[in-house]
Amino acid sequence: MSLLLAQVEIREREDTCVADNGFCPDWIADNFDRYVDPFFQHVLLTVVAMGIGFAISFSLALIAYRKRWLINPVTQVTGVLYTIPSIAAFFLLLPITGRGFLTATIALVSYVLLIIFRNVLTGLDNVPDDIKDAGRGMGLTDRQLLWRVEVPLALPEIMAGLRIAATTTVGLATLAFFAGAGGLGEQIFSDITFKSNVVTAGVLCLLLAILFDIVLLAIQRLLTPWMRALPMESRRRWMLWRSGQTVTGTTPGNDRTLTVS
Amino acid sequence: MNSSDSAQTKGPSPLSDAATLEFRSVMKRYPGQREPAVENLSLTVPAGEICVLVGPSGCGKTTAMRMVNRMIDITEGDILLDGRSVKERRPAELRREIGYAIQQIGLFPHLSVTDNIATVPRLLGWDKQRIRARVDQLLELASLDPHETRDRYPAQLSGGQRQRVGVARALAVDPPLMLMDEPFGAIDPINRERLQNEFLRLQREIRKTVVFVTHDIDEAIKMGDRIAVLQKGGKLSQYAPPAELLMYPANPFVEDFVGADRALKRLALQRVRDVDLWKAPLVRVGEPVAEARAKLSDAEVPYPLLVDDQGKPLGWLSERALAGERVEEELRSNPKPILDLDDVLRDALADLLYEEAQYGPVVDHRGAVTGVLSIEILSHALRTDPEEVPSGADAL
Repeated sequence: MSLLLAQVEIREREDTCVADNGFCPDWIADNFDRYVDPFFQHVLLTVVAMGIGFAISFSLALIAYRKRWLINPVTQVTGVLYTIPSIAAFFLLLPITGRGFLTATIALVSYVLLIIFRNVLTGLDNVPDDIKDAGRGMGLTDRQLLWRVEVPLALPEIMAGLRIAATTTVGLATLAFFAGAGGLGEQIFSDITFKSNVVTAGVLCLLLAILFDIVLLAIQRLLTPWMRALPMESRRRWMLWRSGQTVTGTTPGNDRTLTVS
Repeated sequence: MNSSDSAQTKGPSPLSDAATLEFRSVMKRYPGQREPAVENLSLTVPAGEICVLVGPSGCGKTTAMRMVNRMIDITEGDILLDGRSVKERRPAELRREIGYAIQQIGLFPHLSVTDNIATVPRLLGWDKQRIRARVDQLLELASLDPHETRDRYPAQLSGGQRQRVGVARALAVDPPLMLMDEPFGAIDPINRERLQNEFLRLQREIRKTVVFVTHDIDEAIKMGDRIAVLQKGGKLSQYAPPAELLMYPANPFVEDFVGADRALKRLALQRVRDVDLWKAPLVRVGEPVAEARAKLSDAEVPYPLLVDDQGKPLGWLSERALAGERVEEELRSNPKPILDLDDVLRDALADLLYEEAQYGPVVDHRGAVTGVLSIEILSHALRTDPEEVPSGADAL
């Protein structure tokens, strides 16, 4: 119904720009109100999906980090979820969870699991062995090592995963209206032929994606002040710091692993 | 220490007790391997001594060390720390009482120097003030400036500084035992030498029991009060002080491992001040020739050594200088090499050979001649019984 009403409303205008489905700044200024609620629905969808998705995949990654045999099954299952087209996911879920926020959230969550899971695991796996060995040798328990050393050092990769997931989710949430969850997508599809409408909703989506990225980047900066101490070229892959260290320091014929000499 | 004494109030004394460490028939066999990595290892490290585990790759020296703090489980036998089995202890608790320094250092890159060093003190629940005081004390002990270093991240330090922080971190709670796995292995030769000397100086103050793993026999000789030579399969070939090891290698393996130049290596254990020097026939310009000749007849050196007013060597005099009534400045040759009382005998020998000299004047810290070192003295030192030869750590 609302879809129909919206179109009727737009068509009633006498403006030629509007009648031609053009890009009309005046119309956008007059009608900006109608995008506010969908915008916040969109924010809510993204934040909730990201929050739940992170909680699930982070926990799965921590478990799989210790129980390595879980990595393959988890990757496969989340991989399948990742591959299901999101529209298909909405329609598959409709008979079970019905129309609405829940259905949209489940579909969006299932989409970010793989991204975050893989990045958390990569981050943890990238923590150099000598650092873990030193921590353990100093008397940190497995749990202390995880929370005081391994997770902090995996933060760059974890945050990178969250940023990819956030951008993807903002985009995918435009389809959430198929599940009846509203969002900016509902606005776009309410009159997809009307440029003013599509551009306004589209730009809002874009801004939202950029906003999430900036916020997450700021959080990462805040959580990893030590990254700034690393040489510029190795900040992205801080592991380089370690390889740089060995290049300057290793004596020839002295390559050995930690466990057995 | 010096200034740090006052800063320290509640922390443990840096001179606290060291522990005695005993390996009792320790065996380690990794699952799926027929040959044990360490076989029937029995040795005792007296409290306050540095025991170096040395041997070629795959000899099990690191495995042996890592069984002490249970980083690796003991298959058979036992390791006793002050008479108490490490197997009775919870691994994490045991490890907090044992300093641990490894070649790769393993500093936490996300924590400042202070937070790195404070890791174990925090686990043990020390209060902030005590931790702060202890960190500064340790940084000074490790020859680092606390103001400059304490807030830096490891990536902002040089390799040598990182290694010092690593040692400071291992010493944080003043553990009675330190495990060091090739701690200076990844450092360039010049800095390694300096860090070794620093650690020996530190050890003279703190007197910890240290298990030190290296594959470098020269480092072992330099650092060890006792050296355990392991051969492949973790068999102990010999356990002895450095001089004894060099003088009387127990078997062909040890003989081969310490090298054909083991006699020369023994010279690295002694300093010029440790041997009986020849008396130097010192003369000054204008001195009566009769007096000079009298000094010369007393000395083993055939030529008089001309010195200036401060006693600094100017050169060996020729026969012509003693032709008149007074000594004239007729030099036969320059006084090189001029040796220092603190020179290691091996370096002194190298200097003599380089200058193609039979003997060289030895000067004290003021530069005044105190005696003469000759090739003869050195060859005599090589024949000395090891009982009289101090160990590497004491010689420094």
